[in-house]
Amino acid sequence: MAAQLRELRQRIRSTQGLAKIFKAQEVIATTRISRAQARVEASRPYATEITNVLSALAGAASNLDHPLLTERENPKRAGVLIVTSDRGLCGGYNANVLRAAEELVSLLRSEGKQPVLYLIGRKAVSFYTFRNRDFVESWTGFSETPRYENAQTAGDLLVKAFMSGADDEGDNPGADGVLGVDELHIVYTEFRSMLSQVPTVKRIAPMEVEYSEETPDTIPPSYEFEPGADQLLSALLPKYINTRIFSALLDSAASESAARRTAMKSATDNANDLVLTLSREANQARQAQITQEISEIVGGANALAAAAGSDD
Amino acid sequence: MAEISVELVAVERRLWSGKATMVIAQTIEGELGVLPGHEPLLGQLVEGGVVKIRTVDGDTVIAAVQGGFLSVTGDGVSILAENAELADEIDIDQARAEVAAAQDADERARAEARVRAAGQTV
Repeated sequence: MAAQLRELRQRIRSTQGLAKIFKAQEVIATTRISRAQARVEASRPYATEITNVLSALAGAASNLDHPLLTERENPKRAGVLIVTSDRGLCGGYNANVLRAAEELVSLLRSEGKQPVLYLIGRKAVSFYTFRNRDFVESWTGFSETPRYENAQTAGDLLVKAFMSGADDEGDNPGADGVLGVDELHIVYTEFRSMLSQVPTVKRIAPMEVEYSEETPDTIPPSYEFEPGADQLLSALLPKYINTRIFSALLDSAASESAARRTAMKSATDNANDLVLTLSREANQARQAQITQEISEIVGGANALAAAAGSDD
Repeated sequence: MAEISVELVAVERRLWSGKATMVIAQTIEGELGVLPGHEPLLGQLVEGGVVKIRTVDGDTVIAAVQGGFLSVTGDGVSILAENAELADEIDIDQARAEVAAAQDADERARAEARVRAAGQTV
């Protein structure tokens, strides 16, 4: 009886300790969300400007048959960049991204394309290493605070793989001797709100060119280009892909913190509930112990009295 | 005095925006100054370039710009950079150390741009 009470009190103490840790994690994640959101906000002017510049350029360029803009006739291999977090303790965040990635992979397979994986975040790396599945390259260590250089490193490699995939014939690497890819996809988590983060799959290359139907009200300015429009386009498009990857990284970072906050909040609540239930049980055990002691004393006293009576 | 609105944006943040009387930058075809009323222009800036913006107050904003583009439209000038630093943010000693430690030409150009932007000769 006494042992049970001691055990319960020990569990209450350890659960209270855990609740404190969860609470601290929750507070940290909350501050990180607002910081991540501020970074998403800060990267927006560049994204808007580069889109404007690209549209102006696309309107003026003589031809739009840059490799990054043209659909390959017979796509055989597709690159997939999967963005996960480095740390756990964030609920279903990584599981959701990886599930979306697996769906994409099987979709690509059913279309006869061989998926080629590129991973960001330790969780993705351990997921694929554990399953003994191959991936080409992985980058870790920056999932909560991605820098542009991180996106650049990944982007440059992806674009290179894409460009060298142009002359592949099936499994034959073609003239450049490098087995590249014919498509590029990215799987990341879109940050919709504090409570909703959605795993999203996007194709980043080849890009789809949208032709706007409406005729502009004003005559579009006739730009002068330094250097020529086509050369500028080929310099800008890879940078645009890097920007897309960077914004996906930022969105994922915000989502990660939001998911962690939600997970840690419910963990705190659970721990507090558990403390409540355990205290109730402990109180009951204490009561039971006291009752038992009293009945033992009373029983003992009665027995003594009965014994004394029988002596007479 | 005529003025143009200028935006200097790096990928991770907006460095400077405001009204200016002149913008000087180096595209890969040569140095160029943009005055109000300049015709629309798109240019790729040199790796490790220095951009000077003369503001309406008469001040000069100088920035080291890496991997940049310059876009001039009727509304104003925007300078896009993969990475940019304003002159007063540059740690001159560190920049000099980077020049000394640079491995290849690109790296050297970038580090030198930072030293030049900080107002010192290389």
